[in-house]
Amino acid sequence: MELIRVKNLKTVFGDKVVHNGLNLHVNEGEIYGLLGPSGCGKTTLLREMVMLQEFQAGSIEILGKKIEQISESDAQELRRKWGVLFQFGALFSSLTLAQNIALPLKEYATLSDTIIEEIVAFKLDLVGLKPSDAFLYPSQISGGMRKKAGIARALAMDPKLLFLDEPTSGLDPISAREFDNLILQLRSMLGVTMVVVTHDIHSIYNTLDRMAIIDNKKIAYEGSLEEVTSVKSDFIQTFFRDER
Amino acid sequence: MNKNPLHTTIDKDDISLEFSGELTLYNLHEAESLIHALKLTNFQNIIINLQNVSYLDTAFALFLTDLQEQYKAKIQCEDKNFLHTLTLAKEHKKKLDKTIIRTKENLFAVVGKATYEAYLTFISFMEFIGRVFISFLYYCKDRKNIRIKEIVFEINASAIRALGIVALTSFLIGLVTAYQAAYQLERYGGNIFIVDMMGISIFRELAPLITAIVIAGRSGSAYTAQIGAMKITQEIDAMRTMGFDPFLFLVLPRIIALVIMLPVLIFIADMMAMLGGIIVADLSLSLTPSLFIERLREVVSIKHFYVGLIKGPFFAFLIASIGIYRGLMVKDDTQSIGFNTTKSVVESLFAVIVCDALFSIAFTNLGI
Repeated sequence: MELIRVKNLKTVFGDKVVHNGLNLHVNEGEIYGLLGPSGCGKTTLLREMVMLQEFQAGSIEILGKKIEQISESDAQELRRKWGVLFQFGALFSSLTLAQNIALPLKEYATLSDTIIEEIVAFKLDLVGLKPSDAFLYPSQISGGMRKKAGIARALAMDPKLLFLDEPTSGLDPISAREFDNLILQLRSMLGVTMVVVTHDIHSIYNTLDRMAIIDNKKIAYEGSLEEVTSVKSDFIQTFFRDER
Repeated sequence: MNKNPLHTTIDKDDISLEFSGELTLYNLHEAESLIHALKLTNFQNIIINLQNVSYLDTAFALFLTDLQEQYKAKIQCEDKNFLHTLTLAKEHKKKLDKTIIRTKENLFAVVGKATYEAYLTFISFMEFIGRVFISFLYYCKDRKNIRIKEIVFEINASAIRALGIVALTSFLIGLVTAYQAAYQLERYGGNIFIVDMMGISIFRELAPLITAIVIAGRSGSAYTAQIGAMKITQEIDAMRTMGFDPFLFLVLPRIIALVIMLPVLIFIADMMAMLGGIIVADLSLSLTPSLFIERLREVVSIKHFYVGLIKGPFFAFLIASIGIYRGLMVKDDTQSIGFNTTKSVVESLFAVIVCDALFSIAFTNLGI
C-alpha cells in the first residue's frame, strides 16, 4: 500500500525553481531515503510533506489525504499520525525530556499521570535512553541524546509514519551507526514507515530499502540500492563511486 | 621575500619584464604599481619572463593572466607547476567573465527596494494581525482551547515580575515632575495647583506611557528573543508538525496576559507617581497629604483616571503583537535575533506613542 504519493510537484522560491514535475511514492513499511546534492530541495520536500511549507503546483497525498486541499480538522488528524525528527532534535527547551515526550500525550489524550509516566519511560527505553535522563533539559544533553529524545517524542503517539531530517548528521561515526541500528530496530518492532533525508553513505547502505535521488529539480532515480549505480547522472556516479 | 622582484629591460618598442623570487599576494601590490608606472601601452612586444621565479601563487597568476590579455603579453615560463597555475587562473577567469555581470545600484533602486521591503513587512504584519484575530475567534469557540496555564505563566513572567521596576520608575517620575513644578508654582504662590497638574498629567499621560515604555523594553523584547530562539532551534516547526498551533500556544497567551495586566500595572504606576507627588508637595510646598488628597477629589475628575487605564489594553496589544511578530520574523541565523529584538523595541515604542497621539485626538474631539 502506498502511504505517500507525490505527483508533478512544483516548488518555486522567488524566481528560483526548486522542484519541477517531481514524482515519487513511498510504500508501507519501508525505509525510504531522499538523497541528492546540497540545495536540491530534499529538506524542502520533507517540509512540504509535513505541511510546514507550501508548494506551487502538483499534489502530495499522505495516508490517503491530499494535503494541498486539506481541511483544518483533517490536517490535525494527520499530524497525530506522523512523527517528525528535526535535524537538531528541536526539543522544547523549556521542558525536560519527559515533559517533551508527555506533551502530545497530555494534549491529545486523557490519561492519568502514572500511565503517562509509564509511556514516557517506555519510549525512552525504546530509543536507548536511561530513565534518569528523563529529568534533564535539552541543553544538558549531547547532540546524539537530543536526537534520540527527538525520536522518542516523535514516537509518543505511536505514529504510522516517521519523517527524519538528517538523523545522523553531526554525530560521531559510532553514534551514527548506533542510530542506524535504532532506526532498523524501530521499524521491526513497531512497523513504522520512515522517510529519511540523509547524506550519510553508510546510513544509506545500512538502512534504506528504497530511495529517491533528487537532481536538477526532478527525481533522477527512484528504486532500490542495487540498481542505482547503473544510472547516468553526475551526482549518482560521484556519490556512489567509492562504495562500489 | 625578494626586495625587488621585477627587473625590466627596454629595447625601443620591446620590453621584457623579468620577475624573480617568490611571486605571492604579499608582493602583488608592489609589482602592480611598478608595472603601472611603466605605461605598458607604449610598447608593442611585451615579454613576461618567469625563468627565475621560485614560487607563483594563484593571486599573482591571475594578475599575470590579466597582463597577458590586456597588453597581449607573452609569458615565458618552463616550470610545469607555474604553467599549471597559469592555466588554472585563465580557465577560471573565463568562467568569471561570464557570470559576473553585477551592476552597481543607483540611489533610486536602493530607495525603491527599501520602500518595497517596508511595504512587504507591513503587509506581513497585517497578515499576522489577521491570523491573531482568527485564532482568537477559534479560541473563543471552545473553552478547552483557552490555555489558562500558559496565560497565568505569562502574567507572572511579563507583568508580576515587572511590578518592582514599574513602581520604582513611576515613583521617580512622580517625584521629578512634582519637584520641577513645585519651584515654578511657588513663585506664583499657586502651591495648591500642584494637585491639578499632577492629577491630570500623571493619570492621563505619564503613568500609561511610562508603564508601556518599561514593558516594551522588558517584556516585548523578551517575547522577540524567546520566540526567535525557538524558531532557530526549529521548536516552532516541531510544534506545527505535532499539531500544536503556535498561535494558540505561544502568541495568544502572551497577548492576552499583557492585555489583562497592563491596566493593572498602569494603576500601580498611578499610585506610585501620586505618592511621589504627595511627598514633594509635603516637603517643599508644605501641602499636607490629607489636603493633597482632598483637593485631588475636588478638582481632578475620575474620567482622567479611566482614560489612562483604557489606554492600557491597546498599548499592551501593540507591544505584545509587535514583539511576537518580530520573533516570528527571525531567520535561521543568530544575528537575526539581535536585529529583530532591536526592531521590536523601537517599533513598539513608536507604535505606542502614535497610538497615544490618536487617543489624544479622539478624546479631545469627544470632549473627554
